[in-house]
This record gives sequence, C-alpha cells and structure tokens, in this order.
Amino acid sequence: MAIEVRIPTILRQYTGGAKAVDGAGDTLAAVIDDLEGRHPGLRDRLVDNDGLRRFVNVYLNDEDVRFLDGLKTEVRDGDSVTVLPAVAGG
Amino acid sequence: MRFDSLLDSVGRTPLVGLPRLSPSKAVRLWAKLEDRNPTGSIKDRPVLRMIEAAERDGLLAPGGTILEPTSGNTGISLAMAARLRGYRLVCVMPENTSEERRQLLRMWGAQIVQSPAAGGSNEAVRVAKQMAAEHPDWVMLYQYGNPANTQSHYATTGPEILEDLPTITHFVAGLGTTGTLMGVGRYLREKAPGVAIVAAEPRYGDLVYGLRNIDEGFVPELYDESMLTTRYSVGPRDAVRRTRQLLEAEGIFAGISTGAVLHAALAVARKAVEAGQSADIAFVVADGGWKYLSTGAYEGTLDEAERLVDGQLWA
Repeated sequence: MAIEVRIPTILRQYTGGAKAVDGAGDTLAAVIDDLEGRHPGLRDRLVDNDGLRRFVNVYLNDEDVRFLDGLKTEVRDGDSVTVLPAVAGG
Repeated sequence: MRFDSLLDSVGRTPLVGLPRLSPSKAVRLWAKLEDRNPTGSIKDRPVLRMIEAAERDGLLAPGGTILEPTSGNTGISLAMAARLRGYRLVCVMPENTSEERRQLLRMWGAQIVQSPAAGGSNEAVRVAKQMAAEHPDWVMLYQYGNPANTQSHYATTGPEILEDLPTITHFVAGLGTTGTLMGVGRYLREKAPGVAIVAAEPRYGDLVYGLRNIDEGFVPELYDESMLTTRYSVGPRDAVRRTRQLLEAEGIFAGISTGAVLHAALAVARKAVEAGQSADIAFVVADGGWKYLSTGAYEGTLDEAERLVDGQLWA
C-alpha cells in the first residue's frame, strides 16, 4: 500500500532532499513508523510523547488529521498526506 | 443607511445567496460580503475594536505610535483608523506581499518595515516583537493574541450571520489570526448549537514555510482547536480556480483567500449532498480582488496563475 507523504523544506534533510516520499501502513502512525525505517530521525520531528508536535500540521487529503483521528487516522492506498509547519496568517 | 462617520459604518454587510454554485435547493451557499467594509476587508471589525480597547485601557492617546505585524488587510485598516484618530502607524510586512497593499498603506500614511519573504508572517511577527521591545512606548495591538479581535466577531459578525440565516448549518472562513473563526464560532456554538465551524487554511509555496527549524512554527494565541469542527488546507491552484469560478458563476469579484474558503465550502456542500442532508452554508468573503490584480491570479491559464502566485502571501 503506497501513501504519498509530502515533506516541507525544513524536514527534507531527513529524506535526502526529496519533496515527497512513499509510506505504507493502515494508520498515520503506522505510515510514520514505516518512514522512520528509511528516513531515520524524521519521526522525532513529527511526534513527541503527546502525539503530533505543537508546530507540526499533518493533512490527509487536505483535511487536518487533528480533526480526524489524529495519529490513529486510517489511511488508504492512494491517499495523500501533507506535513507542514504551523505559520502565521493575517 | 446613514452614519456619523466612516468608522461608524463598519459591519452590517450583506449576506448573499449563490444560486448557481449551490448544489441544490436543499444545500445552499451564502456569501458574507466583508469587502463592503470601509477599507474593503473584514479587518475593519477587529481593528476598530482593538483600537477602542487600547484607548479605553489608556494605552493609546493621540500622537501615539501603533506597531503591528501584518500581511496587509489589518495594516490597511489600521492605517485608515490611525489617520482618523491621530496615531502614527508602523507596519511590519513580509516582502512577498502585493504592491497594491504597500501602496494603500503609504497612501494612508503608514510606515512600512519589510521582513524577509522566507518564513512569511512568522518573520513579521518576530521582527515586530523585537521592535516592540526596543520601543516600549509604542503600542503593539497584536492581532494574533488580542481578545478584542475575537470579541469583534463574537459581537458583530456572528450575530449578523445568525440573524440573516437562522437555518445556518455550517460556517466557513479563512484561518489567519483565527479571530473570525474563534469569535463567530463561539457565538454560533452558544446560540445555534450543532453548527459546524470549518476553517480553510491557505497552503503556500515552500518559500513561505522556510523556517530554520520546526520549533519556530507559530500558532496564534487566540487559537482554540476545540472551537473548530474541521480544518482544510487549500493550495493556490484550488484557491485561484474557485476565485475565478465565483466571479464567473455569481459575479462576485473576491480576493484569492476567498477562493480557498469557497473550495472548503463546496467540499462541505458535496458531503451534505452525498449524505442526503439539507444545509445552509455561510462563508466569508474577506476582501475583494482589487489588491491582488498584479499577482496574475485573474488572467491566463491556471498553470500560469499558480506559478505566479506561488511564493507570495496571497491570503
């Protein structure tokens, strides 16, 4: 099962510069664990003991996973996951 | 309608139906035209209230200096209000914002301090906080953390929408300072429980997220996640496409952020249709398209527009 995960500039040091990488798993947490195997260090930048880090936003098909099931959000083949740092607007 | 002065005319904007973009008679879209405010954006509401609060608290007196980090609309509104009330205004603004916004600020007499494009508004906030520390006599109203911002929408935007649309089921707005969604959201949750509060967050090009590390991210102090039902991230292509669609189908000439909001509103509408539910979806048109003409969003192919808008702060 392939899920495209888009990586922001500041985290591309963990993906060898790649803008997007493929992950596998049934949930967001499983996909992140899968990515950690090939891109060591990435998981720690995304999650801490309480779940997603405060300044990290993750979207499943453009919807913020904090309003779905967080790290337990189910993902399916062909889904797209986007990781972005939280920034200001206004 | 008659008012004593321009500042007295803020708010009470029209809510207009979108007969062509609404998917059915049972699922309807409604646009709150905030471009009809004195300086052409929704920001006149929070700005007026933040200034009045600062005056009441004795922080601001004529001749004083206001400092604010802003990517545009808040600055423009502040510039107008500051001129009328006798304050000097210093705006810290990311350099990747449109020329029209700068020109409007200068016209009303504001001084502009540029912050680097990389990092977007985060950098503007950082620079402004640094300047505030260097000039303790200046007043930073700080839209991201000022409760008067949220309060303005709780007291005016929310009640206006509910009065015009008592059958409202969804409220959709852009997420910047989060003031609109927090204020209207709180009002609707109190007065019309069950209304979904939906955020549309602009997704910019890589440049805007060019922070040095992830812990430099920024979440406005006003933000309360529990107030939202869901939150969508909308990229420039969808935002531009919907902005054009709004103009072509309904005749509404809106800014690019409104396209992002409409995109989320249409997603919500589609879900209601699929679920066989009826819905009255109100969304915010935060400003008109005038200030964004130079971005290239309104002409040419979508590919061209997307390329031109990428890297700019279009919301």
